[in-house]
Amino acid sequence: MNSLSDFVIVSAALFGIGIYGLVTKRNALRLLFAVEIMINAANLNFVAFGQYLPFATASQAAQPNPVGQTFVLFSIALAAAEAAVILAIIVVAYRLHNDVDVSELKTLEG
Amino acid sequence: MMVVTVGSAIFALEAEEIVYGAIGLAGSLFGVAAMFFLLNAPYVAVFQIAVYVGAIAVLILFTVMLVRQEKWAKEVPPRSITKLAGILTGLAVIASLALAVLATSLDTFTDVSNTATFVDIGQLISTGYAPILEVLALVLAASVVGALTLSRVDREDKQQ
Repeated sequence: MNSLSDFVIVSAALFGIGIYGLVTKRNALRLLFAVEIMINAANLNFVAFGQYLPFATASQAAQPNPVGQTFVLFSIALAAAEAAVILAIIVVAYRLHNDVDVSELKTLEG
Repeated sequence: MMVVTVGSAIFALEAEEIVYGAIGLAGSLFGVAAMFFLLNAPYVAVFQIAVYVGAIAVLILFTVMLVRQEKWAKEVPPRSITKLAGILTGLAVIASLALAVLATSLDTFTDVSNTATFVDIGQLISTGYAPILEVLALVLAASVVGALTLSRVDREDKQQ
């Protein structure tokens, strides 16, 4: 639990689980769960690489690298916005169709 | 930690009752926050707990209670070929990524003494990435307004 590859492998596992959920599930809420899991896998990668790979500038020695953590803060905020919109869409779809099975939502087709 | 995170992620997708699935998702997000702590990133970890476990998980729980139906518990499982394809795809992704990681020398990086402080993050956010921060604030406001509008239109239609 101490080297970079451990965190990257956990992140890969979470990403694979998310892909499995996206492929098999038909319930819109489960799809949202899968997307959130995949976003978390990406965030974990950002923080892990930012922590273990400090950048070295020409003038100074190895500096701590806050860019990964900064990006993750932005990413979490974006994911919150995305989840709010998706949940509103799910509520509207439930009012219209009385179900949130994505294969039943024919009126959303273009 | 890894086992808890990955296990509750699987539980979130596979629990028969979707409320338990939502709680499993919250557990998985909490595990990721714990890994942020392990990575010497306490600010991100606390942010993750506040936003994900505090806000998104509760939002999801409320939505689940709003739209939940009894028939989901005894929902027909997806066709076995779909399920098999999903498992195979997921395993293929995990295996290829893990093999790619293990083939590199990433595990030689074991130094976590070099941590970024709050000051570094704050300086970065308020100087170089300030435009992104402002655009992000606009996106958040727009999405919240959009979500409110989406869920309000129907009620007006019913009253007319």
